[in-house]
Amino acid sequence: MDLITSILAITLRAGTSLVYATVGETYTERAGILNLGLEGIMLMGAVSSFAVVYYSGSLVLALLTAVAVGGLLSLIHAFLTVTMRANQVVSGLAITLFGTGFASFLGQRLGPVSNGRYLVGLTGPRFAPIDAGALGRIPVLGALLNQDILTYGIYLLIPLAWFYLYRTRNGLWLRAVGENPRTADAMGVPVFRAKYLYTVLGGMLTALGGAHLSLAYTPGWSENITGGRGWIVIALVIFSMWNPARAITGALIFGGINAVQFRLQASGTNIPAGFLNMLPYIATIAVLVAITWWETLSKRVGAPASLGTSYMREDK
Amino acid sequence: MDATEAAVPLVEMRGIRKSFPGVTACDGVDLRLDRGEVLALLGENGAGKSTLMNVLAGLYRPDDGEILIEGKPVEIRSPRDAAAHGVGMVHQNFMLVDTMTVAENVVLGMAGLPLVPDMAGVKRSVLELADKYGLRVDPDAYVWQLSVGEQQRVEILKQLYRKAEILVLDEPTAVLTPQESVELNAVVRRMKDEGKGAIFITHKMEEVMTFSDRVMVLRKGKVVVEKVTSATDPRDLARLMVGREVLFRVEKKPFEPGAVILELKDVCAQDDRGLPALRDLSLKVRAGEILGIAGVAGNGQRELSEVITGLRPVTSGGISINCVESTNKTPLEIIRSGVSHIPQDRIAVGAVGDMSVASNLAMKGYREAPISRGAVLLPRRILDLARRMIELFRIATPSPETRVKFLSGGNIQKTILAREIESCRSLLIAVYPSRGLDIGATEAVRKELVAQRDAGMAVLLVSEDIEELLSVADTVIVLFEGRAMGTFPSESADPEELGLLMAGVERKETAS
Amino acid sequence: MSILIEKRKNISRPAQVLVPAASFLASLVLTGVLLLAFGADPFATYRAMFRGAFGSGRAFTETLVKAIPLILTGLGVALAFKLRFWNIGAEGQLTLAGVAASWVAIFWGRWMPSFLLLPAVILVGCLAGAAWAGIPALLKTRLKVDETLVTLMLNYVAILFSEFLYYGPWRDPKGYGFPGTEPFPEAAWMPRIAGRAHLGLVFGLVLALILWFVINRTRWGFELKIIGASPQAARYQGIAVERNVVLAILLSGALCGLAGVGEVTGISRRLQQGLSLGYGYTAIIVAWMAQLNPLAVPFVAVLMAALLVGGDQVQMMMGLPASMGILMQGMILFPLLAGSLFTEYRIRRTGRHAAADAGGAE
Repeated sequence: MDLITSILAITLRAGTSLVYATVGETYTERAGILNLGLEGIMLMGAVSSFAVVYYSGSLVLALLTAVAVGGLLSLIHAFLTVTMRANQVVSGLAITLFGTGFASFLGQRLGPVSNGRYLVGLTGPRFAPIDAGALGRIPVLGALLNQDILTYGIYLLIPLAWFYLYRTRNGLWLRAVGENPRTADAMGVPVFRAKYLYTVLGGMLTALGGAHLSLAYTPGWSENITGGRGWIVIALVIFSMWNPARAITGALIFGGINAVQFRLQASGTNIPAGFLNMLPYIATIAVLVAITWWETLSKRVGAPASLGTSYMREDK
Repeated sequence: MDATEAAVPLVEMRGIRKSFPGVTACDGVDLRLDRGEVLALLGENGAGKSTLMNVLAGLYRPDDGEILIEGKPVEIRSPRDAAAHGVGMVHQNFMLVDTMTVAENVVLGMAGLPLVPDMAGVKRSVLELADKYGLRVDPDAYVWQLSVGEQQRVEILKQLYRKAEILVLDEPTAVLTPQESVELNAVVRRMKDEGKGAIFITHKMEEVMTFSDRVMVLRKGKVVVEKVTSATDPRDLARLMVGREVLFRVEKKPFEPGAVILELKDVCAQDDRGLPALRDLSLKVRAGEILGIAGVAGNGQRELSEVITGLRPVTSGGISINCVESTNKTPLEIIRSGVSHIPQDRIAVGAVGDMSVASNLAMKGYREAPISRGAVLLPRRILDLARRMIELFRIATPSPETRVKFLSGGNIQKTILAREIESCRSLLIAVYPSRGLDIGATEAVRKELVAQRDAGMAVLLVSEDIEELLSVADTVIVLFEGRAMGTFPSESADPEELGLLMAGVERKETAS
Repeated sequence: MSILIEKRKNISRPAQVLVPAASFLASLVLTGVLLLAFGADPFATYRAMFRGAFGSGRAFTETLVKAIPLILTGLGVALAFKLRFWNIGAEGQLTLAGVAASWVAIFWGRWMPSFLLLPAVILVGCLAGAAWAGIPALLKTRLKVDETLVTLMLNYVAILFSEFLYYGPWRDPKGYGFPGTEPFPEAAWMPRIAGRAHLGLVFGLVLALILWFVINRTRWGFELKIIGASPQAARYQGIAVERNVVLAILLSGALCGLAGVGEVTGISRRLQQGLSLGYGYTAIIVAWMAQLNPLAVPFVAVLMAALLVGGDQVQMMMGLPASMGILMQGMILFPLLAGSLFTEYRIRRTGRHAAADAGGAE
């Protein structure tokens, strides 16, 4: 029981950043925009929030910075793909390259002179796990409670994101925009505004995920702190079939694999985890194939129909 | 004004004018709709019916003219404006989101919807409305689960839910079964009784007679006639709809048909939605003959040309070309047997807009010498061929290297025509070859078709222009809902009769 | 009045060359501003970068070393993109080809005549790259599965698979725990032509010419162009669309695979960590900046390689982060993507009427 509780605790901690970004990207893709810039946005969120917390000591200010940085980067993506109708794949990759390069650059320039201007190896204030006292000692439940405030945040975010998407007017609009922008437009839904809004919102949540890495999970800054999480999120969105409520399952699986590896490494066994690591990606492809195949039989689930294409009103 | 309330029309459109590059779709149209009235807008494709209604529904802005609702001039800039004035339109292509439920579609984009809509309440109202009008539909069903007829019910419910006083229906029965058409009629009656108004866009005579109180015939953007339906004769309407003035006669040799080139026996095929598009269609085209296929667009013409050219599977029946069994062969095999095809969709299928005129002209000949040697293309030869064809067919283009999408519609069509005629060995299929072209280009196209016939080719000409068919074709078959309604030698065919058949009126009904 | 974006009447030819050039300049300026903000001298930095990439024979050959995989993957990506097949799996195709090449080099070398070993390594590597690209190609043409997401996922599968091998069963027992296989036999080494620059460079340049010829001067290339522009029109012209897409994507994968073969046989001479430094992703920028023209790919690839090598030099000489190179690569794309609108579209101010009118009559 202890082992399960501790693995669940690590899993949640490792999966928190994934949940933020997955919910964000789900919203972005629901608006018909594929954002492959997540890796870059996450890194920028991580480095900027850590730099702010190191100098200001304010965790709130650090989170706000990450949100602003993520919003700004995804605004570039929205501008290029929605207004300039650029290819979404290429634009997203440009964001990732730029974000990766810039984050690494900042990591080597923003630090104090005493540290050779590096941010690596420094410590600052962090979101520490909350001590839930007696409740925290209850098996399993304790794993949920002995977490930092950002992990608590996902307990709120997931139901909220689900409710907004499926139970509100704006969620209705959002689903229509990604599925059939022409109909949405004809019915009076502000299509372009929605595409901008949810791309930016997606970027903000992704950057928050990045901030969780440098402010709570790691904490601190190191090159490649995300370890490819930004790409994993693309898989998770598919895995959860564009439903924010399911974001948690995928995040737990990926986070769980991380946790198991962590345990194994901690216990000294250095077995090749490569094979285990491959499974989620293969599973994602299988999910993608299954839902596409399913859709050719009947339209049930799956990717927003307009994902990856730009919408132009004059098109006929 | 001292008019009583009853005398104020529900909708009045005055002097509506709307043109698109190269076409005047509506040329000063006046329209009136009273409360409790159903108006039918009758006309061929391109007569301006849909454009006029899109103006009313806020999708197009008129170049000129005004719209009055209940006597008050209004400005309709968007579908939302139209909805605010009580105008609701059911488009031919439904405006529904497949992956959302009926109830969600009903309220999508509606003005004044609260942030958290009371969906249970919406469902109740939808059920009430459905009950009231006899539009049975499950508000929790997803649109993708519904049949086309049910989707139309959702569209109508959506408009009723938004309190539409004026319902515009664009060819509503085109997608319905006869049973569903009867149901639709009942719904419209019910709306009439409540003092609402409806406008039908249609080209089916039967529909005009059963649904409407008044009928307005449009032809080439103008109102030809407006009458109370009960005082009209289908024959008259058909004549007015198709018109009979002849622009010019095409010179052609006397009709001397040769061997049968193309033969279809009881061919059946489905359209993209999987509904029957061709039903037991049989026909023959002989060398030196132009067989005209008359009919309103959407009655199986596209599918007919596609099954012959191997682009669409035949579900039953057989096709032979030059006495060779050709059912469900690949497009390449059909091309190799000497068949040329001028498709309906010029920009997306017939030509490749992003490639040059020269490349487009070479798209049939590139497989052989002199354009290619082995696997290698010879660009110089492609250019030579292009220059020759551009001159021969008088294609107006800045250069052979200009991308086709920058040419006018007529010149794009000439480019396709040039390529297909050049490669034609036995059968030429031309689908709406003169649609949307100006008089000069139309004449050029028709002359080329006749020249092919005179040279001994078999020509299958699909057209909705009776005048074109009668002046160009030797034999005419009327196609209605995928069936052949009759075969006529063009010299003795009566345009009125053809018009009636195109509108689905059987001959015997009108024989009295 | 409102603003309307409409298709240009003519594709602007100067814009096709000017926009990439201007994008490069814009990224220099933007990065310069950034450098100033961090208290560095942009001119000195650029000078150092340039010297680092081209300043000496050794520098130049190092630039070429990085340019080789970029040329090959750039060509592969350009071919796929021509067909509007959004292959972002060059990274995985490269990696898997590296794995397959290593398998042949390590395990076939024991019995195979040495003169045959390198050709076998190259062939099997290319086939592996092709096969890895064939999966998304088949899934797309048979089942209409989105290729972007599949290729992306397959990148991870390939990379993790290679890690599994060199951390696990293939790890060199004499490697003191170093993650990598044993060195290849000499017969499997790609001959070097200058510095560490190997024969892959010649392959890349020759293949660029061949690919250009195939696309622009052969019947098959003509068919591919039609498919890319309009699959419907291609089908109507009797072209077997699905089969040709699969064939072209196999070729695309083989080109990316060759890049992987070059990396393991020409540079590291073993399979080890860091086989690909994101070349597969940079290849997409290379292809895009080259406007999918195979002849432009080598030039753009050298430029991108110079940014990487120059970035490393700047770190050594000026203490500035090496990641500047990657930052600049990404930065080039922003104006390039925004600018591509101007080659295809133009912006016109109009009255509301025209903006509201969609399409033609009826």
